[in-house]
Amino acid sequence: MDYTIFAVAIFVVAVLVFGGVFLIRPRRPDSGKEPRAGDEGGSATGTAVAEPEEKEEPGGPSAAAGTATIEEPPVAPVEIEIPPPSAGRLVRLRARLARSQSVFGQGLLNLLASDRLDEDAWEGIEDILVTSDVGVTSASQIVDGLRTKVKVLGTRSPEEVRGLLREELLAQINPELDRAVRTEPHGTRPAVIMVVGVNGTGKTTSCGKLARVLVGDGRSVVLGAADTFRAAAADQLETWGSRVGAPVIRKDEGADPASVAFDAVTRASDEGADTVIIDTAGRLHTKTGLMDELGKVKRVVEKKSQVDEVLLVLDATTGQNGLRQARVFAEVVNITGIVLTKLDGTAKGGIIVQVQRELGVPVKLVGLGEGPDDLAPFEPETFVDAILGEG
Amino acid sequence: MFETLSDRLTSVFTSLRGKGRLSEEDINSTAREIRLALLEADVALPVVRDFIAQIKERARGEEVSRALNPAQQVIKIVNEELIRILGGETREIRFAKNPPTVIMLAGLQGTGKTTLAGKLGLWLADERNTPLLVAADLQRPNAVTQLQVVGERANVPVFAPQPGNGVGDPVEVARESIDYAQRNNHNVVIVDTAGRLGVDSEMMQQAADIRDAVRPDEILFVVDAMIGQDAVNTAQAFLDGVGYDAVALTKLDGDARGGAALSIRHITGRPIMFASTGEKLEDFDLFHPDRMASRILDMGDMLTLIEHAQKTFEESEVEKMASTLASEEDFTLDDFLQQMSMVRRLGPISNLLGMMPGMGQMKEQIGNVDDKDLDRIAAIIQSMTPAERDNPKIINGSRRLRIANGSGTQVSDVNGLVTRFFEAQKMMRQMKNGGMPGMPGMPGQSGGKKKAKAQAKKAKKGKQRSGNPLKAKQQEAEKAAERQRRQEEGGDQSSQLPPGLGGGAGAPQLPPGLGGGKMPDLSDFKLPKQ
Ligand SMILES: Nc1nc2c(ncn2[C@@H]2O[C@H](COP(=O)(O)OP(=O)(O)OP(=O)(O)O)[C@@H](O)[C@H]2O)c(=O)[nH]1
Ligand SMILES: [Mg+2]
Repeated sequence: MDYTIFAVAIFVVAVLVFGGVFLIRPRRPDSGKEPRAGDEGGSATGTAVAEPEEKEEPGGPSAAAGTATIEEPPVAPVEIEIPPPSAGRLVRLRARLARSQSVFGQGLLNLLASDRLDEDAWEGIEDILVTSDVGVTSASQIVDGLRTKVKVLGTRSPEEVRGLLREELLAQINPELDRAVRTEPHGTRPAVIMVVGVNGTGKTTSCGKLARVLVGDGRSVVLGAADTFRAAAADQLETWGSRVGAPVIRKDEGADPASVAFDAVTRASDEGADTVIIDTAGRLHTKTGLMDELGKVKRVVEKKSQVDEVLLVLDATTGQNGLRQARVFAEVVNITGIVLTKLDGTAKGGIIVQVQRELGVPVKLVGLGEGPDDLAPFEPETFVDAILGEG
Repeated sequence: MFETLSDRLTSVFTSLRGKGRLSEEDINSTAREIRLALLEADVALPVVRDFIAQIKERARGEEVSRALNPAQQVIKIVNEELIRILGGETREIRFAKNPPTVIMLAGLQGTGKTTLAGKLGLWLADERNTPLLVAADLQRPNAVTQLQVVGERANVPVFAPQPGNGVGDPVEVARESIDYAQRNNHNVVIVDTAGRLGVDSEMMQQAADIRDAVRPDEILFVVDAMIGQDAVNTAQAFLDGVGYDAVALTKLDGDARGGAALSIRHITGRPIMFASTGEKLEDFDLFHPDRMASRILDMGDMLTLIEHAQKTFEESEVEKMASTLASEEDFTLDDFLQQMSMVRRLGPISNLLGMMPGMGQMKEQIGNVDDKDLDRIAAIIQSMTPAERDNPKIINGSRRLRIANGSGTQVSDVNGLVTRFFEAQKMMRQMKNGGMPGMPGMPGQSGGKKKAKAQAKKAKKGKQRSGNPLKAKQQEAEKAAERQRRQEEGGDQSSQLPPGLGGGAGAPQLPPGLGGGKMPDLSDFKLPKQ
């Protein structure tokens, strides 16, 4: 007899008797109601942002290029929408990705080096994928697919199998997808970019870096500090903005984020700026009230202008929860691209394989450090090679 | 695709039921599912391997239980082991003999150290300490300002002699803070440090230098509950680089399963001390191993519930109930009455609800649930005629009045019950056609997400966002007004209660992934077969 039936019964009884009382979680009090010192944002700016001197990044070779001013960031200007895959960036990207590759990368070569592809070897391949956060289900699907292929093709040599695996992984993240960030103004109307994600993934940093790339490219950028919730969030964005001379539209803490975003877009249109980048507050995708709020920010902006890009910032250290995040954000604000940050650490960011496959939203940019220029276009090959341990 | 362990085990249950002893095969097939579940919960692969080996070892030596089928029994072992490992030695902050007690926070970027510093400060202040927050993150733009604001909110003083944004030496700041604390009678110092990567040797050295400058009594490693397989690398790198005494797990208010907790505990042996569960400063608690275990397994206290049910009921009773639930006929109020009386024999409804997966976060609300409500409902149903119970559609206005009078309740109570009943009936129908909302696969912390799904389904009928933009806008406004109203009413729980189950007003609270335009996916639960 299956007693799990009781769970069903309890559930039905609960629903019938109590309706939804216990289903409803308390919301985060509306930000406006939170007690906060109205002036703290303003006064803080005065002191902390006083000297927008660029700091040198420890270990970041790029920082040597000098102070950030409006004139010329170290990156070569680009003609197209995305920040340039300039040599400097890619070298650094590879160097940073290489940091962590030893363990499993070696493992893969060893596995494939043995003359027979036995059960252990296949399991080893799956393990490499799993430890990159590709997810156990997709990892085993990929390996199954590979096994079939190897059988059909009669491939034996480790080199060929490795090549097939690489191909398979590449196919999963679809190198054909358009990964250009749409930052071009439409006539007199500026391009609008919204940056969203859960707490602490690197949204504000990515906004700052992206603004910098664009300014370096000769564009005029307006930043909108629509994170009116977290302490000093607007100051943080302002620090980034002042480094490249991009104006930051902000309001007091607790102000309506939608109105900040709207004002930023209005200001950009009035000034004839090329691009508006709107930084939003970090929010867990499970907080319905906050997700509603985000949807509203987008809708309000849309009254003024079309939103060209909604970039979801995913932290490469994120595990399987990343997919849930992406699903919900996609549903609420229809994300158009992903920024995968913190790839300079040991995490591989394999979760984006599932995200891209399920949602079809391409990773467009990667964050490779805290330095102002540590943002690069996403390259499927480099990413796959990093997972396979050969950068 | 099965998303949760409980979902998958529903199928394992079917294949293993009735064997009565733990064979190698039982153990292996259950272990496979558990391996998957743990990996999906982001437990690191090497840890999963060790853990599964441990489980198998123990399962082999285990006496066969009569109350549980083999799969259930293995799960029970898993649960116990999880609690054992996660709990191990739980301990509290060690206070220094000579104040100040120094607590240093360390971790990756974006894990929530600064917020945690504020929470810890508030928490300590509530226990009659006089904490001081120290701004030693001079790296991230405006981290200092953020700590100042947080300190102000928590009403805890902040020591921030340097502006940050790359200016100032964090080691100096940390060193000076001790002196400052002594002079100003702070008995605890909480040092917020910059986020750093385990592979960044320069920054790890800086952390070690801060540590040497302040000689902390506790170093807390702050980890984001959403972290994946990298948890082991990072935990090890920080252990080697700075060392730490305990772990604080943040962002537990999301729906990440938090396997990192197990990984880190297993790899480093360091206890998990704190759980951070929200953006507000009060959202902070000591770590509870049992909650974490069921969260990782995504199982709730189902096992306890099952065992209890097995002791309480005759097989025939259970079978009868199961057949009612599964039968083609519509579920009636009589069926419900019967079911309710059985459920009540299991114990107070609030206890039962607490055992359901996914309800852990709602302890408070569950606490408000009262068995007297059950009595009231029973009274209402008993005041109905058999025909009414069979077909509640015939219950019109005058009948409602009669029923209300007969049961000593209000007409509105009767109305509410009838509405909810229709919803429940619809839900049961849905369940029979392939899926069952809610059990037993509710995700650990999403606040009864699948229940919310059921709710979403109802809400769709009601006031879901309309496809027509004009209408949608109007609904948006209505919702906003509704929200406003609810806020004004303040903490009153019941005012948040949607009419019926999850009427329109409840919709904005649903996870957006569920409340959207399309029908919720209920297909991932199979009604247990008999
Ligand atoms: N190593 C590394 N750190 C990064 C990267 N991107 C951002 N960070 C750091 O991560 C931390 C959080 O970044 P923020 O930009 O404040 O993140 P956010 O998403 O705006 O955070 P909230 O607004 O608080 O939700 C900061 O310490 C950043 O310096 C990256 O690519 N690599
Ligand atoms: Mg931010």
